[in-house]
Amino acid sequence: MDFAGSLSLIVPEIVLSVSGLVLLLVAGWAGSRANRLVTILACVVLAACFALTAPSVCGGAMGAGTSAFGGLFAADAFAGFAKLMIYAASGAVLVVAPAFFGRYGLMRAEFPVLVLFAVLGMNVMVSATDLMTLYIGLELNSLSSYVLASFLRTDERSSEAGLKYFVLGALASGILLFGISLTYGFTGTTAFTGIRNALDGHMAMGALFGITFVLAGLAFKISAVPFHMWTPDVYEGAPTPVTTFFSSAPKVAAVALVARVSLGAFGPQAEAWRQIVIFAALVSILVGAVGAIGQSNIKRLLAYSSINNVGFILVGLAAATPQGVASMLLYLAVYVAMTIGSFVVVLMMRDGEGRPLEAISDLAGLSRTRFALAFCLMCLMFSLAGIPPLMGFWAKLVVFQAAVNAGLFVVAVLAVVGSVIGAFYYIKIVKVMFFDEPADTIRGGSDWAHWALLAISTIAISPVMYLVTGWLTQLADKAAAALFLVA
Amino acid sequence: MGAFPILSLMLLVPLVGAVICLLASERAARMVALVATLVDLGLGIVLWARYDVGGAQWQFTERLPLFAGFQWAMGIDGIAMLLIVLTVFLMPICILASHSITRRVPEYMATFLFMELLMIGVFAAQDLFLFYIFFEGGLIPMYLIIGVWGGDNRVYAAYKFFLYTLLGSVLMLVAMLWMAHEAGTTFIPTLMAYDFPPHAQTWLWLAFFASFAVKMPMWPLHTWLPDAHVQAPTAGSVILAGVLLKMGGYGFIRFSLPMFPDASLQFAWLIWGLSMAAVVLTSLIALVQTDMKKLIAYSSVAHMAIVTVGLFAFNTQGLDGAMIVMLSHGVVSGALFLCVGVIYDRLHTREIARYGGLSINMPHYALLFMLFTMASVGLPGTSGFVGEFLSLIGIYQVSTWATAVCTTGIILGAGYMLYLYWRVAFGVQRNADAAEMPDLDLREWVMLGALGLAVLWMGVYPESFLAPIRSDIAALDARIARAAPVSDSDLKTTAPKAARGGAQ
Repeated sequence: MDFAGSLSLIVPEIVLSVSGLVLLLVAGWAGSRANRLVTILACVVLAACFALTAPSVCGGAMGAGTSAFGGLFAADAFAGFAKLMIYAASGAVLVVAPAFFGRYGLMRAEFPVLVLFAVLGMNVMVSATDLMTLYIGLELNSLSSYVLASFLRTDERSSEAGLKYFVLGALASGILLFGISLTYGFTGTTAFTGIRNALDGHMAMGALFGITFVLAGLAFKISAVPFHMWTPDVYEGAPTPVTTFFSSAPKVAAVALVARVSLGAFGPQAEAWRQIVIFAALVSILVGAVGAIGQSNIKRLLAYSSINNVGFILVGLAAATPQGVASMLLYLAVYVAMTIGSFVVVLMMRDGEGRPLEAISDLAGLSRTRFALAFCLMCLMFSLAGIPPLMGFWAKLVVFQAAVNAGLFVVAVLAVVGSVIGAFYYIKIVKVMFFDEPADTIRGGSDWAHWALLAISTIAISPVMYLVTGWLTQLADKAAAALFLVA
Repeated sequence: MGAFPILSLMLLVPLVGAVICLLASERAARMVALVATLVDLGLGIVLWARYDVGGAQWQFTERLPLFAGFQWAMGIDGIAMLLIVLTVFLMPICILASHSITRRVPEYMATFLFMELLMIGVFAAQDLFLFYIFFEGGLIPMYLIIGVWGGDNRVYAAYKFFLYTLLGSVLMLVAMLWMAHEAGTTFIPTLMAYDFPPHAQTWLWLAFFASFAVKMPMWPLHTWLPDAHVQAPTAGSVILAGVLLKMGGYGFIRFSLPMFPDASLQFAWLIWGLSMAAVVLTSLIALVQTDMKKLIAYSSVAHMAIVTVGLFAFNTQGLDGAMIVMLSHGVVSGALFLCVGVIYDRLHTREIARYGGLSINMPHYALLFMLFTMASVGLPGTSGFVGEFLSLIGIYQVSTWATAVCTTGIILGAGYMLYLYWRVAFGVQRNADAAEMPDLDLREWVMLGALGLAVLWMGVYPESFLAPIRSDIAALDARIARAAPVSDSDLKTTAPKAARGGAQ
């Protein structure tokens, strides 16, 4: 494809980078006065990108026509599906962030700009069809994320979270690079299609090491066990809007990336990496479930919950079928709604003076003092636990269905048993809110934007959404088909 | 009537009611809940009246391909119809029985209406996953009912109920996924006629068993039941005993037996063994209870064991009997929990020893309590007799030993129920406060009277309840006939004398 054609495929990315740079200038010029303007403009940019990407998803773009720059980048329906989720999640973060940072007087116009650059990095990640593009996207996202984690400069925990994230992220990048170099060494190429052809049939032992190291490096990004240790600390320490961001958008990007690398580049050797994925999936489910039980901080609990959820998503990947990939995307969509909703509730937990509260005990008796808030969080928790009729159940259903259809009965059985262990701490939150005596510490009001986001997330996980499952499944199927066609 | 979606309407009414309740004041919520359940009762009566006995197996069917992977498929046969009628019959009574609930009434009423929606949905669903959604969805309202409005140890009971039943059900979900994959459909009537490979049947049966045995509950998986019953508010106990426990039995009738007949035979010994153990052991445990609700909870386990032996007798009488025991137990145990609730509201204790001689100051109460006690014991003329007698005839055709053990359990059942009645209603009035309790008021009369009439109707003229299920039971019997176990009682029940003579 010629250069102009390639450029036309990356219009959303161009829009993101140009507007990011322009907004950075505005921020640098006007300083904190431009906070509001830059945030709004960043939201507008995300909305524009959403509109630019949506046609490729609805149209099910796939095949050679979506490959840009000689196979470095693919703007297919699979990438598009992930990008739409990334835009939506990032937009939600931009909506809730100003109120949070404003309380400390630390809202800066750089925040939305950093989010835009992180989104650009994620876009490159999900579209990458070459190990080099993959790494560039990953690092662009990571560098923005390190800064975002320590954005609350005066808070020790925030700085600690940023540093921890940086050190461990650098380690993971090293592991990933080592894997990439091994893969390159044994296949002679960094392009996914080339690796795919080289791995077809016989595979050298060194290439297997390469696959393992690449997956290990990526497992860090999706916080799958055994590379999850950073998650609870970073989630707890980072400012809550940033935690909301970490647990939604980058997770989508990293999971999509893992899917594309595993099925695209390493597709012919599915048997080789499947055991790694199955192990990571089951252990993530277990560690996520057991680790959450003892937590008293809601952000740490949600961190373990996200580890747990990644396990279920990986069950879909382990199926290594188009249905499995579609189920991953559907699970991610529901997961994003549940996560955003839960963290918006955390953001709305404030005492009379507006200080944020994070202890689970602060939720005690919330159903009597703030019924609407408690009701929404109850729905979100039951949904995360996978109890019908909420959408969290449907997400688990499609993933298990993919696993069972691919013949992974034992994995499916172990995963559902793990989901019961996980249910324990989700219903613990409901118990605290509904059965306990009111602690009545949550008194602060919230603006309409929080309520609107919470309402949207709650509706998105309510049984009403079963009516759009047909449409969603169609989109996800097209996206999965795109991945397998390129692959 | 024709294509009128009456089943969807029956689901919609409580849903709308629940939403209105959440927004309403306390008084209004009570009224809305009562009206909504009465409307559903009316629709249930219409359903029964319009049900064409001897007509198509599946009636009032609705199919809409609304969702991905499964569809909105509703439809009922006689078995489901009677269980739906039981549900809508008990619900207004539950709402009336919730008079003593004064905390967070709007939420309480909304939760109950949501519960009603899910219970009707379970019996009406014709799609595997739709069934599962209704089946499992019941966990949420029940968890809240026990946990928010329950007794002192409610949190423990709510957790136990939730996790126990969830663990049982998720295994069933994996089995359902496999069945949908294997058979290529999620439509239950098609699956009921699908022959799964015998080796797969074993695993599928065990997965479904894990779920239904916990819901039922079968010994030794019953331990959540006494806790849940004791801690739940009166209306919660009524719903739990009256309808939720029937979901297990319904599951065996709808799934385990017709879909996996070979595996059902293979594991019949397991069911008989567990049921025999349950009948005797839980009856003995019930004898030594000092808490009234616990005693009735254990008696529920014993009665459900009669249901399971009836079901796994593999013949018409056993299946008929199991259905009637389920319906009868739904009414009778519901009534017994209400009887406990009536005196609990007055004295706020369930200790049997705190009562005594109630027939002196509460003669009407004692009369109705006597009726339900006798029905639970299985006195001829009450509903309990019909069901137990048919079940025992069914199992006698297969195993005389099992019958002997189960009959012992029924005798023990008479023992603990009469012992309970004696301690509560007869004897001297030991406690002054119990002696001053007033007799039934109008509200309690209406609730218990309605249940009493149902008990007598079912006992005197069971044909009303047997007729709608006859063709369904016959179809089920034909489906499982090839797997029926060999009898050890050497009965010749099939051919009347004259016919046999003609054959010679």
